[in-house]
Amino acid sequence: MSPPETALVAPAAADEPEIDPLPSLDDGPDYLRAGKGVASWLNTRDHKRIALLFYGAVLCTFMLGGVFALALRTELLTPGRTIMDATTYNRMFTLHGITMVWLFLIPSIPNVFGNFILPIQLGARDLAFPKLNLISFYVFVIGALVILGGMFAGGADTGWTFYTPYADSSPTRVVPVVTGVFIVGISTIFTGLNFIVTVHKLRAPGMRWSSIPLFTWAIYGVSIIMVVATPVLGMALALVGLDHGLGLGIFDPAVGGDPVLFQHIFWFYSHPAVYIMILPAMGVISEVVPTFAHRRPASYTAIAVSTIGIAVVGFLTWGHHMFSAGISELDAGFFGVLSMFVAVFSAIKVFTWTLTLRRGQVKLNAPMLYFFAFLFLFVFGGMTGVALATQSLDLHWTDTYFVVAHFHFIMVGGSVTAFLAGAHYWFPKMFGKIYNERFATVGAIAVFIGFCLTFVPQFLLGNMGMPRRYYSYPERFQWLHVLSTGGAFLLGGALLLALGNLLWALKWGPHAPANPWDSRSYEWLTTSPPPPHNFRVTPTLGYDPYDYSLTEEEAREKARAR
Amino acid sequence: MNDPASVNDWLRTMLFLPPQASTMAESIDHLHMLVILTTMAGSAAVGLMAVFFVIKYRHKGPQKAERDRAPTTPPRVEWALALGLFGLFFGLWVIGFMQFVRLRVAPPDSYDIYVTAKQWMWKFAYQEGAHSITTLYVPAGRPVKLIMTSRDVIHSFYVPDFRIKEDVIPGRYTTLWFEVKEPGVHDILCAEYCGTNHSTMRGQVVALDAADFARFLGRGLDRTATAAPFRQEPEVATSLGPSAPMSLVRLGQQVAAQQGCLRCHTLDGTPHIGPTWAGLWGATVPLKGGGRVLVDEAYLTESMMDPMARIRDGYQPVMPTYLGRLRPAETAALIELIKSLAEVRGQEPMQATLPHADETMPAGAIGQPPPQPAQPLLQHAPAPPGEPAAASQGLPPPGAVVMPAPAGHVTVGPNGPVAPNGPVGGAPPPGQPPPLVEEAP
Repeated sequence: MSPPETALVAPAAADEPEIDPLPSLDDGPDYLRAGKGVASWLNTRDHKRIALLFYGAVLCTFMLGGVFALALRTELLTPGRTIMDATTYNRMFTLHGITMVWLFLIPSIPNVFGNFILPIQLGARDLAFPKLNLISFYVFVIGALVILGGMFAGGADTGWTFYTPYADSSPTRVVPVVTGVFIVGISTIFTGLNFIVTVHKLRAPGMRWSSIPLFTWAIYGVSIIMVVATPVLGMALALVGLDHGLGLGIFDPAVGGDPVLFQHIFWFYSHPAVYIMILPAMGVISEVVPTFAHRRPASYTAIAVSTIGIAVVGFLTWGHHMFSAGISELDAGFFGVLSMFVAVFSAIKVFTWTLTLRRGQVKLNAPMLYFFAFLFLFVFGGMTGVALATQSLDLHWTDTYFVVAHFHFIMVGGSVTAFLAGAHYWFPKMFGKIYNERFATVGAIAVFIGFCLTFVPQFLLGNMGMPRRYYSYPERFQWLHVLSTGGAFLLGGALLLALGNLLWALKWGPHAPANPWDSRSYEWLTTSPPPPHNFRVTPTLGYDPYDYSLTEEEAREKARAR
Repeated sequence: MNDPASVNDWLRTMLFLPPQASTMAESIDHLHMLVILTTMAGSAAVGLMAVFFVIKYRHKGPQKAERDRAPTTPPRVEWALALGLFGLFFGLWVIGFMQFVRLRVAPPDSYDIYVTAKQWMWKFAYQEGAHSITTLYVPAGRPVKLIMTSRDVIHSFYVPDFRIKEDVIPGRYTTLWFEVKEPGVHDILCAEYCGTNHSTMRGQVVALDAADFARFLGRGLDRTATAAPFRQEPEVATSLGPSAPMSLVRLGQQVAAQQGCLRCHTLDGTPHIGPTWAGLWGATVPLKGGGRVLVDEAYLTESMMDPMARIRDGYQPVMPTYLGRLRPAETAALIELIKSLAEVRGQEPMQATLPHADETMPAGAIGQPPPQPAQPLLQHAPAPPGEPAAASQGLPPPGAVVMPAPAGHVTVGPNGPVAPNGPVGGAPPPGQPPPLVEEAP
């Protein structure tokens, strides 16, 4: 730890005598300028810089996944061949799914905003294991390269679910792809472990569990899922790899294996993985809403408890992916009713966010617009989840576009929207610049419209009975597919607009003050951007992070922040 | 009466749901409509509430910290909302679960059809020996149970018009049932991704009225030259000739003889090395090491493929596995054979002559003793499904069609069991159209 730390601190130390004892926090290089050159980035232990490395990486994978999605949607414009053949299509949706799930959604909010914000919200100087954090990044990059390498060297056509025995016998490059996902899983575990230890050990003086900010609660909950569930994924994928590469036959009934066993193991991970994707999103929303309503959350406890509730119950619902896979009626019943609990916990959060607006002073900045999009899409998507957990309805809908639309409502309408909310909300903190509100507003509205246009037709397609993963389809489905494709391109354009607006602000935006939103959350106590170790002086964080009865000065005083 | 129907149609159209062609479809759609309308109402209510708060509490002028000291919404409001929601969701779950059980458990008098899926086609085998590829012929107005397996990867049998779907899994059997309301044509779609041509693995269900269905079965028997036989290897084509079709029960007798099953298992209740097949189907038998198991398709298949998994109490673990030695059609045929022996009571003398000729089920076998207790307690309650219709058309009831001669008559010869050529109990001998078909309108 010592040599890199001195390297990081050195410039700051050089400036140390310059620092005014009074709280004039703008002097001294911030973390962005504390080291120069590519090496200072690639070899950094600063959680904020690593967060930015992840930021760059997941934006690349997000764009890649988006391009794959647009290719798929273009192919689906016509019932037959449009631009690619069936094999390419099958590889493409596999590529889209794997890229989006493991290379974007799972690392996105935890590894970017979690990495950046969590230690600051705890008043810590860094994560508990800064080197592990850096290793996590490189492991992630290696995993991503192995996946994409395997994909371009022939690709896998199994879908991101790798259902056996098809994945055992698929003539495509399954082994490198599952190896890559396995490696990415290691990165996930590293990061989750790091967060858990940090929350337990590195809270600032005075901080009780009941004053941990809600975003950190969400990241903490998600870290537990990451550490507990990801090894199961690793196991399942390792067995698929062995089945495919060596013909081991664990999941191959031709030699006595059980293909449905794979589904159990896979969903034991992959259902909680859904909460890996959505819980951090809920965490972002739980920060955005109090800030822009200038109001204490209607119930801090309800949000924190339901976060942990979702994390726990999420482990007991995997069978609802398998109602049609021959599990017994009784099992299906249990999995169905347990799934309803997740909906109740989620609903508690939704009510709390909405009620937080009551008697607030609501400002409609871009993060807040994304919150409204999130609210509607998440409630609708979540309630279609209740519909899907209703077993008799699931038999008609499962493996159709209804399911596709449902999880895109949660994953895109929920997670990506919250990612965008966070990207705008913390942009001043991360980069010390203010984005253009007008373009951001247009972007947020366009994202919402594009999203609805893309996925509402897919609900209707599912009702009509259009199965997912269909390269060709009966002609009666075509007009809805055309609508959906149009929406997808609009959504793509809107995302580019939002990204372009942020990139523009990065270069030309006006400088941001420490607390541009007048928030009381702890991360806004420090400068924008923060110094290399977040606070010049470790703050005392014993007060409520959502206490809007305090003025900003009072809050600073309480935190003894400088 | 007219009004609910038009509301149903209107909502069905609004939600883009396909026609309600099966007996279950309408009630499923009603739950669907309830759930979707609740969903839309719920998300709209939350959205409108948020919009209302934004308008009412829109930030104007400088921040006022004091304002925040107004009390927040009391937690009991949230508690009430959460409890109410849980009640709602639980109610939906109860309805959905009850429907699910009805959807999954076939009525005992269903007409069984064996389905084999492979990349990328569907094959259907009927008890009378007919079979078809891609197009499934079923009788309308009568419950049909599909007993399905796959030869390669997982597929999923999906008929949107019936609101049913069930995965078709290699190495095990899954079942699914439906009753088509009226004659017509409906799409079959494969709903589980199964490789390159997944999206072309489609077929059709053709629902025929009883007379047409009987005619199809008869024609299927006639069309021996064009239909693919179950077994194509010459060495197993046996004395029946390479292309002679046969009922699944007869095929089962043949397979049982060829594979040596009958060295240990008897067909007439005589105790031997393995459990007798007489009266075995539908029984609940004790297991070695405790526990009991219902003898159904699943247990029989497991016993063939993995005999050591669950040994019946009182028998030695000596049976070899037939994994890889039996094809799906042969496994199905053996199961059909064992099913056909369900009514044969054990301990009857080998030389008994035609003891069951009168016992074989009369048409409309409603009053028969529970022949397939595979679904205790969970039966489709209002269940006179189609039986009268079938009977009035002169069709034999499903059980009777496959009833072979009583076990006492099966003598195993070198070429397999020499059984009476046709099933008894009212079914016509193969090769002839059912006698009453001509009377059908």
